[in-house]
Amino acid sequence: MIRLSIPVRQALARLTLPVLIAVAFGLMLLGKADTLLAERARIALSDALAPIYAVMAQPLDHVQLLLRNGRRVLSVFEDNARLRQENERLRHWQSVALALDTENARLKANLHWIPDPQAHYVTARVVADAGGVYARSVLLAAGPNHHITKGQIALDDRGLVGRVTEVGSRSVRVLLITDLNSRIPVTLEGSGARAMLMGTNGPRPRLMHWPEGVHPMEGERVVTSAEAGAFPPGLIVGTVHYSATNIPEVQPAARLDRLEIVRIFDYGLRGVLSPEAGDGPPAWHARHDRRQINGR
Amino acid sequence: MDDRPIAEASRGIRRPGIRPRPSLWRQLDMSARFSFPALSTALLLLLLAAPLGLDCQAALQGAVALGCVFFRSVYRPSSMPPLAVFLLGVLADLLSAAPLGVAVLILLLLHGTAMRWRRVLARQGFIPVWLVFSALALAAALLQWLLTAALTFRLLPPGPALFIGVLATGLYPLLAVALIRAHQTLAEPDHA
Repeated sequence: MIRLSIPVRQALARLTLPVLIAVAFGLMLLGKADTLLAERARIALSDALAPIYAVMAQPLDHVQLLLRNGRRVLSVFEDNARLRQENERLRHWQSVALALDTENARLKANLHWIPDPQAHYVTARVVADAGGVYARSVLLAAGPNHHITKGQIALDDRGLVGRVTEVGSRSVRVLLITDLNSRIPVTLEGSGARAMLMGTNGPRPRLMHWPEGVHPMEGERVVTSAEAGAFPPGLIVGTVHYSATNIPEVQPAARLDRLEIVRIFDYGLRGVLSPEAGDGPPAWHARHDRRQINGR
Repeated sequence: MDDRPIAEASRGIRRPGIRPRPSLWRQLDMSARFSFPALSTALLLLLLAAPLGLDCQAALQGAVALGCVFFRSVYRPSSMPPLAVFLLGVLADLLSAAPLGVAVLILLLLHGTAMRWRRVLARQGFIPVWLVFSALALAAALLQWLLTAALTFRLLPPGPALFIGVLATGLYPLLAVALIRAHQTLAEPDHA
């Protein structure tokens, strides 16, 4: 180690903080100028952490299950009564659905309907809430030989979760639909009107840009639209809910606050994220999907 | 709450007295105790990014970083050097998917302020230090909101950032109890 005189050392010590503050400003500019650099650093960190978090996830799940079960025991009677009622209602809907399914199959057979291609999917475990104060995303642990690419679509068992935005060798980051940067083309199922779903960082993203003359109805189902070729049509996003200030928002169908396992679907769509992620022409997909909607 | 021996040791000043031989094991032990504050803070940040299922984990992460850096900067600045603060900030930024550099700048400024006032602060009781910390935490939250908005070119709601400030204030007494315990035992190089 180099021996420095005390005044030099003191001067150096006094200089460290201002220099580091200047470096912090430099980091901000660098992060702004080269977004790929920050992304790569984040991917490297997530790749290192994902296996560790995956190991931790199992005991944590057990603890959470215990806590949840403890809470459930207290309300077992009410739950039972509610579930009995719900079961009766669902039985009724099941018979309706079966009847409609047979009718649908018959009609499709008569129309020589070309079925939608089956999408491939992989299932991955959520290992970390990778969100910050102004970011909503989750980190998934993926095997070393996964075939997940940017722009693929994440669903849980109930509805749309978000889209893959960063892909590492062992980890995948999914931007949730509630993130500030999330923009999703949607269709209001009742009126068939198109709209945009914008993340607000809050629990419920906001509906915007619906056509004039159409009013989103409270409780109306919202599904994805194939506009721009980023999503396949008809994935369930949630239901319309008016906020206290009378702004139409969407209550996500997916349980975004307690995601454990999500499925990543490859619909072969290369819209929006195409510059680096895509090989097929995005316009073709968009046209193709719109034709499907019009045909329906 | 006095870091004179370390400061003197780092300057090569020898005080009279009987000391154990500086064997390799003892040096390892001392450096482990010395780096404990920064490492434990980093581990805590990593732990708070795990899927614990808490509602406000992101805010908790920010609040813990603020509390730890402030406490260490006031009571044992030698084991929380600016470089460690810088690296903790980078870690916090990468973990929270925030624009790179925001947490770095906030933590460095907090560290600098705490260092400047530490001669006065370290002599005060708990309540005045807590009050100063809460003011600094709110200022840090405001700065975070401003910087994030400026770097993303978007008007953001200040609520979530201010929540960090409030959470940090509320969490500080709990954090301080744990940190004082560690400060007197684990993180004390003289105990090696």
